[in-house]
Amino acid sequence: MPVKILYFAWVREKTGKAEEILDLPAHVTTVAELMVWLKSRGPEYAEAFVREDVIRVAVDRNHVKSTAAVAGAREIAFFPPVTGG
Amino acid sequence: MVVRVEREDFDVGVEVARLTAGHTDIGAIVTFSGTVRGGSGTDAITAMTLEHYPGMTEAELARVEAEAVKRWPLQASLIVHRIGTLKPGDNIVLVVTASAHRQAAFAAAEFLMDYLKTRAPFWKKEMRGDGQARWVAAREYDREAAGRWEEVLPPRS
Repeated sequence: MPVKILYFAWVREKTGKAEEILDLPAHVTTVAELMVWLKSRGPEYAEAFVREDVIRVAVDRNHVKSTAAVAGAREIAFFPPVTGG
Repeated sequence: MVVRVEREDFDVGVEVARLTAGHTDIGAIVTFSGTVRGGSGTDAITAMTLEHYPGMTEAELARVEAEAVKRWPLQASLIVHRIGTLKPGDNIVLVVTASAHRQAAFAAAEFLMDYLKTRAPFWKKEMRGDGQARWVAAREYDREAAGRWEEVLPPRS
């Protein structure tokens, strides 16, 4: 199933793109596994996800932990800790 | 209960009047507005750009507001957050809470700001006087400020 992946703030700047549609391999079942797989896609991804522990994730526009499942997700977003207000 | 994300500036007086128009059950209105700090010396900034996650931002602000409504008796509430490029002194965010009594209005306004700061997907990038741009780092203080509400009142399931 194709999933829309979004990147914001410095994650977007490092990957060089705001969004893309990707077909996730079957072995990617959690958000943490998705980050590992993304890192393997090129040096810009490896650089963007070098500090995985800092990156926050939303699945279908809800904050989730890195242990969250990706099955059924339509939209997965990666971003730094938020700094609004 | 209103949530808006927009580029335009807001007028606090106009917003309060619009929010409370027609109400006779309100005895207390609290407004909080946040503005761009210019800093000084090597920390001086010339502009700040606010990026957000369209769709999730509105959903998250609505969730935060719904949580406040569950915890306190509010007659009306409003969150306005600006995006785009702002200058020192410009308005960034407005929170208005209206209740029958001041305690609920004060507490709900503080809660909304604390939760917004740790949950709403906004990111600030500062432009410095020397031409360098820098993403603002999240502050531990903000996480602690949001965390203390868990102790005051456990979230309802």
